[in-house]
Amino acid sequence: MHDLSFDIAHMLAGSLVLVSFMMIYQARLYALLNAFAMQAFLLATAVAWQAYIRDAPHLYASAAIALVFKAIIVPWALHRMVQRLGIHREIETVVGVVPTMLAGMGLVALSILLMLQLTETADSALAREDLAFSLSVILLGILMMVTRRNAVSQVVGFMSLENGLILAATGAQGMPFVVEISVAFSVLVAMIVIGVFLFRIRERFDSVDTEAIEQFRGEKQA
Amino acid sequence: MTLDPLALALLVPVVAAPLLVLTPGYRASAWLNVAASALTFAAAASLFVIERPLPGDYLHIDDLNIVFIVLNTFVGLTAAVFSATYIGHELETGRVTTASLRFYHAMYQIMMFGMNLALMSNNIGLMWVAVELATLSTVLMVGLYRTNEALEAAWKYFILGSVGIALALFGTILIYMSAQPILGEGLPSMVWTNLIGSAALLDPHMLNVAFVFLLVGYGTKVGLAPFHAWLPDAHAEGPTPISAVLSGLLLNVALYAVLRFKMLMAANAAAVAPGPLMIGLGLLSLIFAAAMLYRRRDIKRLFAYSSIEHMGIIVFAFGMGGPLANFAGLLHMVMHSLTKSAIFFAIGSVTQIKGTQRLADIRGLTHSHPALGWALVIAVLSIAGMPPSGVFMSEFLVVTTSFSRSPILALILVFGLLLAFGALLLRLTGVAFGTPTGEDQEMHGSLVPLWLHIALIVLIGLHMPGPMVAWFQSVAALLG
Repeated sequence: MHDLSFDIAHMLAGSLVLVSFMMIYQARLYALLNAFAMQAFLLATAVAWQAYIRDAPHLYASAAIALVFKAIIVPWALHRMVQRLGIHREIETVVGVVPTMLAGMGLVALSILLMLQLTETADSALAREDLAFSLSVILLGILMMVTRRNAVSQVVGFMSLENGLILAATGAQGMPFVVEISVAFSVLVAMIVIGVFLFRIRERFDSVDTEAIEQFRGEKQA
Repeated sequence: MTLDPLALALLVPVVAAPLLVLTPGYRASAWLNVAASALTFAAAASLFVIERPLPGDYLHIDDLNIVFIVLNTFVGLTAAVFSATYIGHELETGRVTTASLRFYHAMYQIMMFGMNLALMSNNIGLMWVAVELATLSTVLMVGLYRTNEALEAAWKYFILGSVGIALALFGTILIYMSAQPILGEGLPSMVWTNLIGSAALLDPHMLNVAFVFLLVGYGTKVGLAPFHAWLPDAHAEGPTPISAVLSGLLLNVALYAVLRFKMLMAANAAAVAPGPLMIGLGLLSLIFAAAMLYRRRDIKRLFAYSSIEHMGIIVFAFGMGGPLANFAGLLHMVMHSLTKSAIFFAIGSVTQIKGTQRLADIRGLTHSHPALGWALVIAVLSIAGMPPSGVFMSEFLVVTTSFSRSPILALILVFGLLLAFGALLLRLTGVAFGTPTGEDQEMHGSLVPLWLHIALIVLIGLHMPGPMVAWFQSVAALLG
């Protein structure tokens, strides 16, 4: 069981978590986008590797979508957007880097403890560890969305979360393709929505900081 | 072969959406929207009489979801009628453009499609996709006015909704993984009827974790505290017909998803009981929202918080479980949908007349606009739980069953109910009575949907038809 193909799959899934950590402490938007592109690329490789070792050709489609859409088009588009908005200098993090990293480590430990215990009876070790890794990526994505106030970095956090979901879906053996397509598709739709929002926000405001528009009906002062 | 009403209820919105994009002129598209909604409702209602199709890999109809579907399409229809009379004024005041109105009507149908699909789906993957579709279309509609606040609300709704829906997908994947060793790889392991059939065999630990993810994920969409932050903003900043549909329908769809998985948990003896989790979240939402009601200064936000409160009551009732509490939960859900959408129909007209949503600027409606003012009074008294409305009946049932089962929880519940009652009454007296103040513009919104809903609420409150009681009883038994 523990042969080379397993080790490679393991390494790819693990490196996704690693890149998630990198994304947490990236202070500049360009660096953040690059890290995200790298994560999407790793995801594409991981999915393609699963397709190869499991002889499941439909997974190649998921891998291709991840590669073309998430590793190339989206980072490029966001890159341009950041440039045009002129907000490439820095990101305001709500919480400092050290507490964020500590929280991140806690989340990873939590998800590994939870998932490994949970799937003790599962037949394949690959599925178990994939699930632990993907839950880590999901939780780190949420952590990033919570600790950032900038709209672009929230979007990146959300997409990194989606990376974790796709990893989980490919790890589940024989998960129907319906779901994978829909995941990819929903990411696409989500991006369109986000794009629309960002463009409108740019038209309306000097800043894409979501805190700047938090003035609601005179109820916010408390 | 005659057209399958199941397919028709899904096809009509899909066909109508592109047509609505192409239709020039907002009047034509508004009434086309109504026609499409009416057709969908007719198709859904015919599910009562025709023989039910056998459950397939993707769609199915059973006693539980038929209630949701018919309610969904009915309120969809009345909201479309209200919207048709309401939206023209928004165009005149320049809050929307003709182009965005086309988009609005198309999105309305896409949302209806998403919700109907979610309710009919026999496949947990498909259900997830449908809920996501309905969410995205409502996000776009919440942002329709493009004001700073509307964009902020839509953004918040989108981000929180997406995180919720992502967690729900993770839960869905876990359910699949627990079913895959038993039902085999691929599609069969995602089919709801297969899952419930072999629920006892599924890995209980996996189910436990999956349910937590699903409850938090779909619970975000239900608007349960502490995941509710999107709900008041989305309700307050979107067009009012959409507030009605959000409160009356979309919350129910998410609730339906939670119920389906709750049934799965209940069918597996080794899995942890889902009840306490739901009771906790329900009570938290109830108390929190009831307390928040006192601080509202905006009429739409007030009733948005009231929706959180009622979702709390419903989730609490289903969490208690058992035939009587489930019956009360179902009834409360139906009554809340009808009443809350009626309230939003009334508020739509009120805000157009007064040109504001500020509670302080709305006074003496029963004097200046009796038909509207009194309808609002009746609807608000109903939602606060005064007899003879159906809400009173369902709340009464919830309270009595919880007193007999666990008095401490019942006390908390009653405290929350009274708290909310006080807040709503306090606000209502200001809005409905006293000397009329503020602007007084012409009223455009139709009162027909509003009074129709009120008639239904009071009718059901006074005398619930026998077949409906029997039906709800059988569904309540189904829910376990």
